[in-house]
Amino acid sequence: MPRMTVNGEAVEAAAEPRLLLSDFLRHTLGLTGTHVGCEHGVCGACTVLIDGRPARSCLAFAVQCEGAEIMTVEGLEEGPLHTAFRRHFALQCGFCTAGILMSLTAFLRETPRPSEREVREVLSGHLCRCTGYTPIVAAALEAADA
Amino acid sequence: MKPAPFDYLRPASLGEALEALASDGAMALAGGQSLVAMLNMRLARPDLLVDIMHLPELRERGHRVGAAVRQCELAGLHPLIDRALPHVGHYQTRSRGTFCGSVAHGDPAAELPLCLVALGGRVHLASARGERTVEAAAFFEGPLMTAREEDELVIAVELPRPDPRAGYAFREVALRHGDFALAAFAAVADADGVRLAVGGVADTPVVIDGLAIDADAIDARDDFHADAAYRRRLVARVGRAAVEEALTCRA
Repeated sequence: MPRMTVNGEAVEAAAEPRLLLSDFLRHTLGLTGTHVGCEHGVCGACTVLIDGRPARSCLAFAVQCEGAEIMTVEGLEEGPLHTAFRRHFALQCGFCTAGILMSLTAFLRETPRPSEREVREVLSGHLCRCTGYTPIVAAALEAADA
Repeated sequence: MKPAPFDYLRPASLGEALEALASDGAMALAGGQSLVAMLNMRLARPDLLVDIMHLPELRERGHRVGAAVRQCELAGLHPLIDRALPHVGHYQTRSRGTFCGSVAHGDPAAELPLCLVALGGRVHLASARGERTVEAAAFFEGPLMTAREEDELVIAVELPRPDPRAGYAFREVALRHGDFALAAFAAVADADGVRLAVGGVADTPVVIDGLAIDADAIDARDDFHADAAYRRRLVARVGRAAVEEALTCRA
């Protein structure tokens, strides 16, 4: 029965050891904003914050997160990043968006004035098949400026 | 896919972890950035995973880096590691992955094992039978094959202290940023000459004389992404660039 904090709320729920954090969030807790793409750590769609750091939730087991603080896209407050994503059309189908928002949230907190290259390096951990990344880069840089 | 069932243990001490790792079918789980992907694809099917990330004995972070230290905590430890770090996996995997885990995994294209070999570092192993130390150059034996015995845990890697007069450089060629390296280079220029460590080309990291690069002497691999001839050309061209950068940085 791993206990953890998810989006500020204490959570305790049964999880067999092999249950991935991504499935724990989606199936056990019903937090389906976290998307699952490749399930082997390549696509970045399932990125959440574990103790404030962006991580692929398909490469962690729920039992490993005993005592951890998890934040998912449902826990993000509306802010400059959301506004910039809308303004730049930084998404189309939206499948990758939740993960990208989580990565950028952590990254912009650590690096408030990033270069375009740094933003692109962070985004290299995410696959987006709609946008070609250019509007996502623009949105990230604008959110950093805001 | 989902992993096959296994038991999970979060031991309270290193002794308890090593006892558990002595049983058949047990594997250590550190950051999980290689292992969990392999579990998901059922390329690994352990009976027991021993989570070592909460053991205070494995948290040392100096010229010895303990097994519970994540890659995102390595900044500032050594100038060569600082140069290699942006190429290690992705921002999102460095949050979880560990130095020792990468070394234990032994991927021939991995950056941290390459740096450890370039620096002439050492690997500290422990099991219920005792502890031992292996030179990094002797630790890597083949693709995903190392000198670690099944019941042993890589408890720490040891880096020589940075030489303030030495020059360090790191270069990598990959299809996309964060992908596995087609070839990676760590160069160390000091008073003795230039050591060029080459990763992703042969089955293990190899060290060659940076001032007399002979790419044909390396047993380069062919694979889906690049053939051996291309990898040798990278050694000659990009390896040379790494050596020149290290020489420029040498005091």
